[in-house]
Amino acid sequence: MATKILIADDEPNILLSLEFLMKKQGYHVLIARDGGEAYELIVAEKPDVLLLDVMMPRMNGYELCQFVKTTEGYKHARVVFLSAKSKEADVQKGYDAGADLYLPKPFSTRELVAKVGELTTP
Amino acid sequence: MSSLTLIICSLCYLSTLFLIANWAESRSRRGRSSVNNPYVYALSMAVYCTAWTFYGSVSKATTDGIDFLAVYIGPTLSAPLWWLVTRKIIRICKVQRITSIADFISARYGKNRGLGVLVTLFCVVGIIPYISIQIKAIAGSFALLTNQSGTVSSPTFLSDRAFYVTLLLAIFAILFGTRKFEATERHEGMVTAIAFESIIKLVSFVAVGAYITFGLFNGPTDIFARAARLPALSQNFGFDSVHSSGDWFWHCLLGGLAILFLPRQFQVAVVENVDEKHLNKAMWLFPLYLLLINLFVLPLAFGGALLLGTGANADGFLITLPLQHGQHGLALLAYIGGFSAATSMIIVETTALSVMISNNVVMPLFLARPRWRERYGASMSGFVINVRRLAMLGLLCLAYVYYRQVANRLSLVSVGMISFAAVAQFAPAMLGGIFWKRGTQQGARLGLLAGGAVWFYTLIIPTLVPMLLPASLLTDGPFGIGWLNPQALMGLTTYDAIAHSMFWSMVANVGGYVWGSLGQPQSALDHNQAVLFVDVFTYAKTDDSSVVWKGKALLADLQRLLTTFFGAPQANRLLERYGRRNPQVATLPYAPPQLVANAERLLAGAVGAASARILVSSVAEEEPIAIDEVIRILKTSQELKQVNKELTRKSTELQHLTERLSEANHKLQMADQQKDDFLATITHEIRSPITSIRALSEILFDDDTVDHDTRRQFLGTMIKESERLSRLVNQVLDLERIESGKQKLSLTPLTISSLIRDAVDSVTPLATAKYISINVQTNCRELTVLADADWLMQVMINLISNAIKFSTNGAAPILLEATCQTDICVVSVTDQGIGIDPQFHELIFEKFYQTRLAHNYTPATDLRKPIGSGLGLAISKRIIDLHGGNLSVSSQPGIGSTFTFQLPLLNTT
Repeated sequence: MATKILIADDEPNILLSLEFLMKKQGYHVLIARDGGEAYELIVAEKPDVLLLDVMMPRMNGYELCQFVKTTEGYKHARVVFLSAKSKEADVQKGYDAGADLYLPKPFSTRELVAKVGELTTP
Repeated sequence: MSSLTLIICSLCYLSTLFLIANWAESRSRRGRSSVNNPYVYALSMAVYCTAWTFYGSVSKATTDGIDFLAVYIGPTLSAPLWWLVTRKIIRICKVQRITSIADFISARYGKNRGLGVLVTLFCVVGIIPYISIQIKAIAGSFALLTNQSGTVSSPTFLSDRAFYVTLLLAIFAILFGTRKFEATERHEGMVTAIAFESIIKLVSFVAVGAYITFGLFNGPTDIFARAARLPALSQNFGFDSVHSSGDWFWHCLLGGLAILFLPRQFQVAVVENVDEKHLNKAMWLFPLYLLLINLFVLPLAFGGALLLGTGANADGFLITLPLQHGQHGLALLAYIGGFSAATSMIIVETTALSVMISNNVVMPLFLARPRWRERYGASMSGFVINVRRLAMLGLLCLAYVYYRQVANRLSLVSVGMISFAAVAQFAPAMLGGIFWKRGTQQGARLGLLAGGAVWFYTLIIPTLVPMLLPASLLTDGPFGIGWLNPQALMGLTTYDAIAHSMFWSMVANVGGYVWGSLGQPQSALDHNQAVLFVDVFTYAKTDDSSVVWKGKALLADLQRLLTTFFGAPQANRLLERYGRRNPQVATLPYAPPQLVANAERLLAGAVGAASARILVSSVAEEEPIAIDEVIRILKTSQELKQVNKELTRKSTELQHLTERLSEANHKLQMADQQKDDFLATITHEIRSPITSIRALSEILFDDDTVDHDTRRQFLGTMIKESERLSRLVNQVLDLERIESGKQKLSLTPLTISSLIRDAVDSVTPLATAKYISINVQTNCRELTVLADADWLMQVMINLISNAIKFSTNGAAPILLEATCQTDICVVSVTDQGIGIDPQFHELIFEKFYQTRLAHNYTPATDLRKPIGSGLGLAISKRIIDLHGGNLSVSSQPGIGSTFTFQLPLLNTT
């Protein structure tokens, strides 16, 4: 079964590119346009990888990450933050919330694909 | 009535007084003062009304009509002036610890001993007759009640009742007046008893008056109607009967001065004053008292004359009238009233005089002799008290002798007026002393001596005729020199004896005072005291006067001195209290000038200013102090005060500045924070489109297999994101230009209707894409506004495109209204889109408000990612502000929004 990957961002054009990119890699792609949708999809689909924006309406990336990392049955999920917040403190906050990777925007698609590949390799 | 009954009644009355005094003093020891109250104060001032008022007014009214009123009208008229005069004297006495009028004059004029002695002598000579008439009144009323003849019949004093009355009164006066050593300490018991006596005499006088007026006659109209039929009485009804208006003037003046300068008035009004504020009430209460006690004088006088005949002894009407009608109780009440009037006067007057004698005559004399001082030094306080007791006894004995020899032959009133004229001699020195800095010791001495001499010559000498002097003195003048006639000096015959004496003595007194003051320069000490007295309200604090002492004393000497007078415990307490306030004192062998001056003031309270001066100079080496130095020192202390005030003001100012600075700092920090936030938001906003562009372009670059449609979609997105990016950059730059104030508007007259048309044209494609139409309504036609065309267009487009953005596809038309009133034009854009919650109505005009909402997510701010940069409204608002207009919103969620702005119309006329 293909690895489930959830992409959550409130920028439609970023979703557009990431959806294309990840589908190309053969992942099963889920799309969320804000934190709330993302949460519902996580609970319903238990994705393996989360690509999360930090600042989103209704629920932010940190909260989603914390939920996944502390809730039984979801802990296996790997979390990658993709955020325009690039300050040291913001990055640290992401890792503190339990992220596996924090990539500041604008990121390199090649690097993202490679890192996600690493994370999904057992 | 038997003598025994009367004696018992008198003793009972005196014992009651004594109990009241004791009660008041024990209350005051427990801290509950009974004299700290304006009513007691005003009542105690009524000690002014003596046996003279009680018996004498009636007799005077019988012969001279309303002339008796002058000495009550005088104080009443002068009462408003107390606020200027008495208040100042009270303040000075408190600051300088002055305890008598002699002390006051001595202290004011360079702490001169001679002046103190002179004033004391004057008081004694002037007041002794006055005391004697009190004795006469008591003895007379006693005789009337016991049905004996009113004249002195006893050949020797040993069988004379009046002598025993005098002794009894002396004992009581001593008991009341000399309990305390330090004369500045108030005699609370005495004052309370005096206030009580004032009530008794008022009540008894009014009771007898009412009885005679309404009991024996049918009210005052009846009495006056019947008196009018008797020629001897009817001549007294008017003003013009005996005395000229000149007499009235001098008699009123006499009363006005007596209320200020009689030793007993000075005692109760100044020395015993607890609070200056009590004066305010006393200023009307005291005249009211005078009015009440004089209410029945005329009815009594005429009624008595009608019933007993005009030849009867009118001094005794108050007792003989009730007695004749069998009203023994009422007669006794009248007797007690008169007794109270006499005793209150005697107690207060002898107390005041005894303090003068001890502090201004005996102590300076005694202390100036070191050998005496050494011998009696250890028990000084006891010595002072004994001097006072002896003085009181001596004074009463002298008064008795005067009564036996002279007063018996004169009426109560005439003797009283002579005393008044004596104390009136203090007026120039006193009033000049507190209002005229140039008044000097020489002036005061000269004035007092000259005024006193004239007084003695014009009023006392005539009373010695014909016993000691030939009768021709009053008819032909001394040695036949007519213009030296004591009752018609320089041929002045238009005045009565009292007015005549007042006129000449005041001329001599004021003349001597002014001439003596201007004739010689003031000594330093004299000037120093003059400044302290006249400017007492400036140097009101006791400490201020101490700076003009320049000398040093060994601390041990000073302590010994204080111990002698106050006893070791109290002296130590005084020094300790000073030491606590000035800690450096303990380490010095010498007492600083302030402490020396402090000690002097304390001693002055006990033994008078002049004696204190002698005492202190015996232990302190005073350096001669030059007049300009005194002034310099005073000025320095004034300047110090000024500097202090200035410092306080500056420090308050500084505090304000600091507050404002920290406020400004806070604002700066806020601004800094806002700038940081703004930058972070912009960075974030720029990164989003760049991320999309980068991601999409990398995909296209890396992957050749992307199909044609997707490729076109991606490229199209990239173009849109690039546009978004450049729009954002432009808006940020716009905003920066507006906010920094660098943006200058290029104002041109614009026709509103064409402006709206252009704006609608440019957004029509957007609207059409969402199937929304735009309706325009305007009444403005050719009206113009002065505005920057590009900026205003940007605002219009922003508002219309926002309306389109927040409306759903195919929603109701957007309404564009422009209404022009006389001088403004109102433009509004109304949509029926999603609307805005009122709580965000202010927020939406802030930069990036939408983004902020996303940062601070709450259910209430459930918003999708904004469409647009979040800068449009912020820029629009600032543009309208720059044009002198105002952009506002009204909106309800789910119903729609209306954005409205006003612009001033260009005045085309």
